[in-house]
Amino acid sequence: MSGPVVTGIGLLAPNGFGVERYWEAVLEGRGGIGRITRFDVSRYPARLAGQIPDFRAADHLPSRLLPQTDISTQLALVAADWALLDAKIEPGAFADYDMGVVTSNACGGFEFTHREFKKLWSQGPKAVSVYESFAWFYAVNTGQISIRNELRGPSSALVAEQAGGLDAIGHARRTIARGTPMVVTGGVDSALDPWAWAAQIASGRVSRSADPRRAYLPFDSAAEGYVPGEGGAILVLEAADAARARGAHQVYGEIAGYAATFDPPPGSGAPSALRRAVELALADAGMRPDEIDVVFADAAGVADLDRVEAEAISAVFGAGAVPVTAPKTLTGRLYSGGGPVDVAAALLSIRDGVVPPTSGTTDVPSGYRIDLVRGVPRAGRVSSALVLARGKWGFNAAVVVREATV
Amino acid sequence: MTTMTTEDLRRVLIECAGEAEQDVLSGDIADVEFDDLGYDSLALMETAARIAQDYGVQIPDERIVELRTPREVLELVNNSLAQS
Repeated sequence: MSGPVVTGIGLLAPNGFGVERYWEAVLEGRGGIGRITRFDVSRYPARLAGQIPDFRAADHLPSRLLPQTDISTQLALVAADWALLDAKIEPGAFADYDMGVVTSNACGGFEFTHREFKKLWSQGPKAVSVYESFAWFYAVNTGQISIRNELRGPSSALVAEQAGGLDAIGHARRTIARGTPMVVTGGVDSALDPWAWAAQIASGRVSRSADPRRAYLPFDSAAEGYVPGEGGAILVLEAADAARARGAHQVYGEIAGYAATFDPPPGSGAPSALRRAVELALADAGMRPDEIDVVFADAAGVADLDRVEAEAISAVFGAGAVPVTAPKTLTGRLYSGGGPVDVAAALLSIRDGVVPPTSGTTDVPSGYRIDLVRGVPRAGRVSSALVLARGKWGFNAAVVVREATV
Repeated sequence: MTTMTTEDLRRVLIECAGEAEQDVLSGDIADVEFDDLGYDSLALMETAARIAQDYGVQIPDERIVELRTPREVLELVNNSLAQS
């Protein structure tokens, strides 16, 4: 059985508002990391983030949706609008119950909730917005995308910190295999208000560097944490025969394989389960390691985690045998949005025959034994890619994308 | 004595729940049903909470979902204000 195909992409990233602008920025090495401007960050130990500049929800969404949505949901709704537009899904192409929504979210509606909590402690419970009941919630992006676009098929939400976006795509693929011809999937997060920022810093993994070019250096000997960002991607995923039947005008590629694993408890001495996720995803795709043309790494930016990932890649593929890249060095880590943005980048690598580079990283320890694509894009045929993502507390996810044969 | 006008309610509705895409709020809305104005029960609960804050009139949740038009809301609020 061939896997479902991606026919539409909606993407909002700190370095590109829309998929083509993002891709252009990635190939030109333009980043979106800078000092936080949403609030006075001067007294916080970490001050850099990937921010989407000048986003005005009212320019893109109806007024009725604004008082009931957090910025993360507003970004998700815009990304879904763009994905459906990109796929040119005509009204009536599918019955409403044949279209599902599967998204991931890691942070919830922090900014909205922060605002309502302020009302709670300053004006009392009656002042809290009724919309807080769902605006904070991890499943709200799935719900709002479903309502806005009348997608009433099987829908769900997955939470797995920064691995969840790939899990959503994997579950969308499963949903299609179970008989729903079209699923809107992906992940979007935004958590850059003061409360959210404190919560992010509490992970202990956020970079405290003040230099946007040196703050997030995955696989570098000087790695000292990651830079968080906001945004993500929503994809339109269709059963290959359904895309063919409606005469889809474009196919970016196939979601050919997926696997998720969970790490053993800390201190158990047992190895990370990331390698097993890679092997299981390849098996799911029916592919050998030497058939994969590029790996989009999770790229934690934390030395211990970078080493684990480098070891998993070199163990499965052989030392330096496959190009590895991390364009998220230009955006920061986007939580649930990170995996879907990397899947989009992988599909564009296939389309354009080019592997985007990793920014910033210069000194990769030789013990990592990986061929990290650095500096400039690497041109060459790309027919398949492996995308990896990990979430704090042990989540590992892997997706294989492949050139479509539709 | 304070009263609530249609204009006041229009403003509260927009602040609480936004404005429908069609320009249905611009004309005389007093007798247009909330469904047709694009407001659901949550929008009305949010509006009732704001009315309680701004006018001191409590409309119970079970009552607010029975009110179908702006005129019905205004009558309830203004009767209550007149008695206070």
